[in-house]
Amino acid sequence: MSNKTNWINTMNKLRKVLVLGSGALKIGEAGEFDYSGSQALKALKEEGAEAILINPNIATIQTSKSLAKKIYFLPVTPYFVQKVIEKEAPDGIFLSFGGQTALNCGLALERRGIFKKAHLQVLGSSVRSIQVTEDRELFARELSKIAVKVPKGGFAKTLDEALKIGQKLGYPLLIRSGFSLGGLGSGAVNNKEEFIKTVSIALKQAPQIAIEEYLKHWKEIEYEVVRDKDGNKITVCNMENMDPLGIHTGESIVVAPSQTLNNYQYHFLRKLSLQVIEHLRIVGECNIQFALNPKNNDYRVIEVNARLSRSSALASKATGYPLAYIAAKLALGYSLPEIKNNVTLSTSAFFEPALDYIVVKIPRWDLQKFVGAKEIIGSEMKSVGEVMAIGRSFPEVLQKAIRMLETGQDGLLGNDIDDTKLLPTTERLFVVAQRFARGEQVEDIYRATGIDPWFLYQIREMVTFEKKLLNCHSGGRRPIESRQDPISRSAPSRMTREIVVQAKKLGFSDKLLAKAFGISEDEVRRFRKKHGIVPKVKHIDTLAAEYPAKTNYLYLTYHGEESEVTPNVILGARSADRISKDAIASLQHDKNNEKAIVLGSGPYRIGSSVEFDWCCVTCAKTLREKGIETIIINCNPETVSTDYDCADKLYFEELTFERVSDIYEIEQSASLVLGFGGQVPNNLAMDCFRADYKILGTSPENIDRAEDRNKFSKLLDKLNIEQAPWQSLKRLDDALKFARKIGYPVLIRPSYVLSGSAMNVAYSSADLKKYLKSASDVSSEHPVVISKFVEGAKEIEIDGVSQNGQLLIYAISEHVENAGVHSGDATIVLPPQKLYLKTVRMVKNATKKIVETLSINGPFNIQFLAKANKIMVIELNLRASRSFPFVSKVTGFNFVEMATKVMLGEVLSGDFNTIDLDYVGVKAPQFSFSRIKGADPRLRVEMSSTGEVACFGDDLEEAYLKAILATGFKMPERSVFLTIGGEKNKLDLLVSAKELSSLGFKIYATEHTHEFLKKHSIKNIRVYKISERKTPSVLDLLKDSKIDLVINISESRSNQGETAGYLIRRNCVDFGIPLITNVQAAELLVSALSSKKIGDLEIKSWDEYVS
Amino acid sequence: MQGKLVLSDGTVFLGESFGKEVTTSGEVVFNTGMAGYPESLTDPSYFGQILVLTYPLQGNYGVPESKFWESGKIQVKGLIVQNYIDHPSHFESRKTLGDWLKEQGIPTIQGIDTRELTRKLREYGVMLGRIEFKVQSSKFKVKEIYDPNLENILPYVSCKKVEVYGKGKKNVILIDCGAKENIIRSLVKRGVRVTRVPWDFDPLGPAAGGAGGFDGILISNGPGDPKQAKSTIKIVKQLLEANIPTFGICLGSQILALAAGGETYKLKFGHRGQNQPVMDQFNKKAVITSQNHGFAVDMKSMGKDWKEWFVNLNDGTNEGIRHKSKPFLAVQFHPEANPGPVEGGYLFDEFLKYVK
Repeated sequence: MSNKTNWINTMNKLRKVLVLGSGALKIGEAGEFDYSGSQALKALKEEGAEAILINPNIATIQTSKSLAKKIYFLPVTPYFVQKVIEKEAPDGIFLSFGGQTALNCGLALERRGIFKKAHLQVLGSSVRSIQVTEDRELFARELSKIAVKVPKGGFAKTLDEALKIGQKLGYPLLIRSGFSLGGLGSGAVNNKEEFIKTVSIALKQAPQIAIEEYLKHWKEIEYEVVRDKDGNKITVCNMENMDPLGIHTGESIVVAPSQTLNNYQYHFLRKLSLQVIEHLRIVGECNIQFALNPKNNDYRVIEVNARLSRSSALASKATGYPLAYIAAKLALGYSLPEIKNNVTLSTSAFFEPALDYIVVKIPRWDLQKFVGAKEIIGSEMKSVGEVMAIGRSFPEVLQKAIRMLETGQDGLLGNDIDDTKLLPTTERLFVVAQRFARGEQVEDIYRATGIDPWFLYQIREMVTFEKKLLNCHSGGRRPIESRQDPISRSAPSRMTREIVVQAKKLGFSDKLLAKAFGISEDEVRRFRKKHGIVPKVKHIDTLAAEYPAKTNYLYLTYHGEESEVTPNVILGARSADRISKDAIASLQHDKNNEKAIVLGSGPYRIGSSVEFDWCCVTCAKTLREKGIETIIINCNPETVSTDYDCADKLYFEELTFERVSDIYEIEQSASLVLGFGGQVPNNLAMDCFRADYKILGTSPENIDRAEDRNKFSKLLDKLNIEQAPWQSLKRLDDALKFARKIGYPVLIRPSYVLSGSAMNVAYSSADLKKYLKSASDVSSEHPVVISKFVEGAKEIEIDGVSQNGQLLIYAISEHVENAGVHSGDATIVLPPQKLYLKTVRMVKNATKKIVETLSINGPFNIQFLAKANKIMVIELNLRASRSFPFVSKVTGFNFVEMATKVMLGEVLSGDFNTIDLDYVGVKAPQFSFSRIKGADPRLRVEMSSTGEVACFGDDLEEAYLKAILATGFKMPERSVFLTIGGEKNKLDLLVSAKELSSLGFKIYATEHTHEFLKKHSIKNIRVYKISERKTPSVLDLLKDSKIDLVINISESRSNQGETAGYLIRRNCVDFGIPLITNVQAAELLVSALSSKKIGDLEIKSWDEYVS
Repeated sequence: MQGKLVLSDGTVFLGESFGKEVTTSGEVVFNTGMAGYPESLTDPSYFGQILVLTYPLQGNYGVPESKFWESGKIQVKGLIVQNYIDHPSHFESRKTLGDWLKEQGIPTIQGIDTRELTRKLREYGVMLGRIEFKVQSSKFKVKEIYDPNLENILPYVSCKKVEVYGKGKKNVILIDCGAKENIIRSLVKRGVRVTRVPWDFDPLGPAAGGAGGFDGILISNGPGDPKQAKSTIKIVKQLLEANIPTFGICLGSQILALAAGGETYKLKFGHRGQNQPVMDQFNKKAVITSQNHGFAVDMKSMGKDWKEWFVNLNDGTNEGIRHKSKPFLAVQFHPEANPGPVEGGYLFDEFLKYVK
């Protein structure tokens, strides 16, 4: 009773709660925080507290109208958060739902005494608890108080100090420097000699190094722990990394629950978890990582995260236990036993989920998008996304997950991965597989990799089977045999029921079977169905079937005899409150209600991330509001779309044609929605069309007319709309000939691109030859497209919704950067500020023609080039684009909602003003170069940003400044360093340089820039390139924090001076110094700096701009 | 070899054998724990039962030496799993699960849709069942199935003679109704001398000379319907009258309740798992517990001298009772864990406070 009373008191006081988001998606801090923030907002809403959200990530679901009372698209930095606190006067604040960004911001505000001053209560774990987990020494001290072990080690500033520590600990040891360039000076050492060498190098790079005992090949185990204010506590889930200690959890293949721990180990570590969380007095959720010696039961606590994390998002999806939601409730004063289990609605939230399935997570990397990145993985995170697969055997889930990655890999073999080294790389799993295919032993692989034999034995079993399958096919078609033949010892020549059953249980795809037997995928499917080999539907219910689930969180498996009947969805679901009463009434009347399947976007990766999740979630919400039974398929644990209450049914499944077909057949008479999940579902359009599936929206034939370059080109010619000359070519000779004809520079890209894999600009035939090699690597089946690269052109995007060929709504945005920077890396302005009205009119007219010709019925996006009063079409997407959330939230019209209604046949009309706005929205890219050692941060035609933010302002400059501040830009105060390649660039930036000088900035410049500026009487100090070996060198200045901002423009036409340029850029990234590499961006920045001070940036919420 | 599980309602589940190929029958129950098969299989409370493990992969870490078991042998009559892992990996593993089951003569089937089976048991309640191999689908006869609830099965699982463990000053008599080894380990670890006696041993009777003086009684866990343990109930009744500190665990809790004049009843499908939430009604603390029981104490039947100590947070059933003034206490769950969470261990201390 007393609990209840307390809680009511707390809640009465909590009128208004501030929630900090995590900002743009970046490596190490991605979509999982949209999930956790959204759940926190949901919990607040249920309690009737007014939620104020600060998050500049406009593509997120949490920044949608329905969740928070007020949203500030402002940087999550102490300055802006303090301003919002002053303006809003909230009485509580959530720090643990916005990742490290929110946590760090909160700690800084606490240090400045802001919370105390504003009488602001930090909800959940206290700041003191957080501090302990953030400070290594403090943490070690606290844990020693309860006799819990942490890695032994110490910190040293000199070699002598280091040697003393080394002596005490004994070898092998791990050296880590807090700040290491390119991983120099980190690593394991086995003896004194190696130790001295490594330490010496490390101490040159950093003032202090950490020396730790080296726990080689120890297992890494994580627990997700929850505790309430009364001290009730549970572990929701444990997870085991397949990769041993030393590989970052974000880089590891992870399984849940742990597979190789026995009862003693499982519960021993669990008990320690509870002890630690109790000692640290966490209220809410925390994650604890252990190292476990595989040879005995020795352990270390590696780390505690006193906040929601990537692992907690994964654990939520893996178990069905809504960790973030519960953590929010606990922070609001509830106790665990008071809360109900959201899946069963009858049992308690104080329990530990029992899984009756296995889950595997595999990270998704995009390292090939970075020039200079290494494939090696280790203690730092480089992956940009992840997938999660659910099934009832390890081979089944591993194979599902491999396909979910959308890298083109199917099965474990059949790729050309270099398997000579067993190093930890992004492709190690496949290297291990190839080694097994060559007959290597489990023991040897274990010794080399530290991957537990439990995993290796099963991988070997899969490889053995796959090898047998691949040997089947010796060209030509093979008959399908329906008779039940035992599998012969040699390669089977006929597809039998047994082989197919075994293959499916081991997780192999129909596609792979088709290849093995030389038949079509469809033939395999028909054979399977004829023999009753179909996957079965199972529930994730948190209690291993002990109690019935009221939700429909589903997966498919071949390890099952029966499919479960799914409970009556819409009316049974907890989130019935989301559906209007009318919708429920109409449902009750109409027993044959409609169904729709929304395909999600799969793993986050460069070019496709949270923006498509927003689109899918918004679409699903609209469908449900229309009374349509809504089904989502997705496989990304970092998303909101995979919350089981986001749709009436969630299939946490692959987005392959095979799996979509399985679900389509299970969910009879449903229509598919392919237009909101980005390129992955879009790519399935033709297969679905050929299979005669019902598809909502624009017909797949027309999608094909837009996606097929030849067809689209003919269509544009017919419509008299210009495009850059292009040709699709298969041979290098032809490519060179064509390039000569249209003139350099030319753009090279493979057909069917997503975020322009292997796109490049060639300025000469030598360039072209060089790049064509890498382009043909991307896809040998598809020819390469060469097109004229138009220099100095403006890029314009139009996002819109069309209704049966009639333009219903559109938004025209302009890129700040000229063409040549990938649209995903560009800074985008809405409404356009520097376009001629004539250009706008031309764009609109061309769009109208295209939309009509293709009878577009739903969302679309067209990219244009504009130069010298002419426009050209770059490409058309017949789906919602990356910028849909941006244009929807800036204009105040929800494009996805409208598109969904249009696709359902609803007739919409209206006059939508998207151009004459009193404010400006600017979308800026977020880069994660600091995470990718050695990567060149220069912007190119290839996309490399990992996320985006968008901010509002009364003018372009204000919105731009806020936006770049939100991506981590720091306002320069004293000095700017200019290094500008090429005469034209120098001239272009002359005005800006003058401006900077008159603003009082001390200007540094390298040789030619220095001369140029001097000639134009701009005072500046010459600095030397690193290669010049003279002082002051650029490196010295950067290292000594003498420079606040670097503008480095490279001459795109030549590679001259590029090594020096690369070193400057890379050092900026490593030293955390703001860097601009584009002329137009530099101009806009300088103009913004000259017109605005930080105090001029208005603290206005979204609704104060867009009503 | 193909094997099948036939339930008393006629449902047949087909799978593949990986244990001993002998026909068996018993009560089919499911356990939702994700680790701990060696502990569960050797837990005497499973005597007479065919155990279904809901976690789909079993055998992962092999089988350790017998000193880690909960009794000297596998107690279940049969085992049903989804997928058997024949390549275990663990430093303590001495043999594979399959080899162990074969060695101990236990029939086992894998490849069965254990989730569907569990859902069935949940919906219809526990059923009797039979594991068969190679047998042609002869008409199924219910009579052929062994039902462990129809007889007193404690003689099959209890010790045959008095045994003493530990050297402590305090002497606790453990009435062995099929005790898990970890109850003894838990007490010995706390410095207690444990005198383990058979289920029908009367500590107050003339034959009790061997037991010597004792300071408290622990009635152990065990299999079957508590009402079948008539002798034990009678003995406990006398112990309560003698005001001797008494602690009951699981079946021991039910026996204590019956001895105190209360009632027990059969649950639809019982609680078997490691994630069962209970609430301490006295201090309002919630605890995650390990459980394995098919019967429960009916709190309404308990006299006014008894208080409800623990309640299951999922279904509100009784999980522990305590006398208002006398040193009698009992829990329905397993403070000794093995398998399962260990935080219930404090209950041994709670009991030992009375053992002077």
